[in-house]
Amino acid sequence: MSEVPVTKDATPVADALVALSGVNKHFGALHVLQDINLNIARGEVVVVIGPSGSGKSTLCRTINRLETIDSGTITIDGKPLPQEGKELARLRADVGMVFQSFNLFAHKTVLENVMLGQLKVRKIDKKTAEEKARTLLDRVGVGKQADKYPAQMSGGQQQRVAIARALAMDPKAILFDEPTSALDPEMINEVLDVMQQLARDGMTMVVVTHEMGFARSAANRVVFMADGRIVEEAEPEEFFNNPRSDRAKDFLSKILHH
Amino acid sequence: MNLLFDYFPEFRDGFLGTLSLTAASAALALILGIIMAGFRVSPIPPLRAFGTAWVTLLRNTPLTLLFLITFFVMPQILFPGTSPYKLAVGALGCYTSTFICEAVRSGIGTVPIGQAEAARSLGMTFFQTLRMIILPQATRTVIPPLSSIFIALTKNSAIAGAFSVTELFSVSKLLSDKGYPIGWIFLWIAVAYLVITFSISGLFRLLERRMEVSR
Repeated sequence: MSEVPVTKDATPVADALVALSGVNKHFGALHVLQDINLNIARGEVVVVIGPSGSGKSTLCRTINRLETIDSGTITIDGKPLPQEGKELARLRADVGMVFQSFNLFAHKTVLENVMLGQLKVRKIDKKTAEEKARTLLDRVGVGKQADKYPAQMSGGQQQRVAIARALAMDPKAILFDEPTSALDPEMINEVLDVMQQLARDGMTMVVVTHEMGFARSAANRVVFMADGRIVEEAEPEEFFNNPRSDRAKDFLSKILHH
Repeated sequence: MNLLFDYFPEFRDGFLGTLSLTAASAALALILGIIMAGFRVSPIPPLRAFGTAWVTLLRNTPLTLLFLITFFVMPQILFPGTSPYKLAVGALGCYTSTFICEAVRSGIGTVPIGQAEAARSLGMTFFQTLRMIILPQATRTVIPPLSSIFIALTKNSAIAGAFSVTELFSVSKLLSDKGYPIGWIFLWIAVAYLVITFSISGLFRLLERRMEVSR
């Protein structure tokens, strides 16, 4: 396996919004993240791909500290991730997260889901919060379903609500942890369309996905991970047409031709 | 039949005594139990340790022993001159809170972890997440065991009768000391208990039906 040198430069780039340097994490004996260095610039869309178990979801979850790390540093907007507590809560409010299994609050309506963070974390008044929630729900195309409960909606609709819920916090960046992996095929596009639009609007996004089409069309950069390491980083065209590492060639040959 | 009518004021006071003892200790137990469950799942180690110690200590102590300590040791150290009724509520409430704590904790365990992750990724604090997201969804699961716990509490409250609190058991003691047939006394006492325990099961069945959360 040919290793392609990736940037080992650990100093955060001046305009890096998210900067990981020398990040290591173990799950028991499994070294799931190995010396990860990654800088994500403001407005950049980074797509993380790789085989299952390569650590890409874990990487995504470390950025808002849903997973702790064993060593290394993660900074967001120049500030290192704080310990669990009020300060971390404040920081998480600025970094949206969209999950594979949507995780909408099951006991609250769609509208309440999108309002809750605004009311309880941002302390915005109810009227403003509701207006904003309705605008966002319209934007992701589920404005008419505002009074439904999550269980009454399709997966694609739920995921779009989840995106609206993240957007309601006015985040600096949004992390997408396999946002379409739990969806029926015909619902994937409606979610990807919303994400495409966000990318065009200049949102900083980290997207863990298996959707190569999205990676090609929306990403500024593709990060390929395998066995806990970043094996290759490149612009999408270059990565898909001309992968440098054997591991990436192997991966792409498996998913693109069958 | 005669016995009930002849001593109606005593039976009534006993019934109301048991009812108010049960209601007051249930309220105390519910509040303490939920707080302790929060402690036991909290990320702060001293709180977790306190919750665990509370449950281990109180749940494993025989209730009668707990009453003895509450009535004869506690007033010597803390709260001298507290009325027997309040001491009994304290003992029953603290004891029952441990069972409620464990029921609530198991309810918390049934809420998918993603719910908490979503709340925390919005920037909600641990206690906001617990109060607004986790506990409301845990309630449904917790209701059936809570009903059993409160029925057990109703019957446990009889121990307070031996500590000069007026309730149903103390009435039965009073009447049997007067030499009335024990069978009749017990029958009416049992009916009075059944009124309370059936009301509890009915109430909780109603709650259970109202609280459906669909996923």
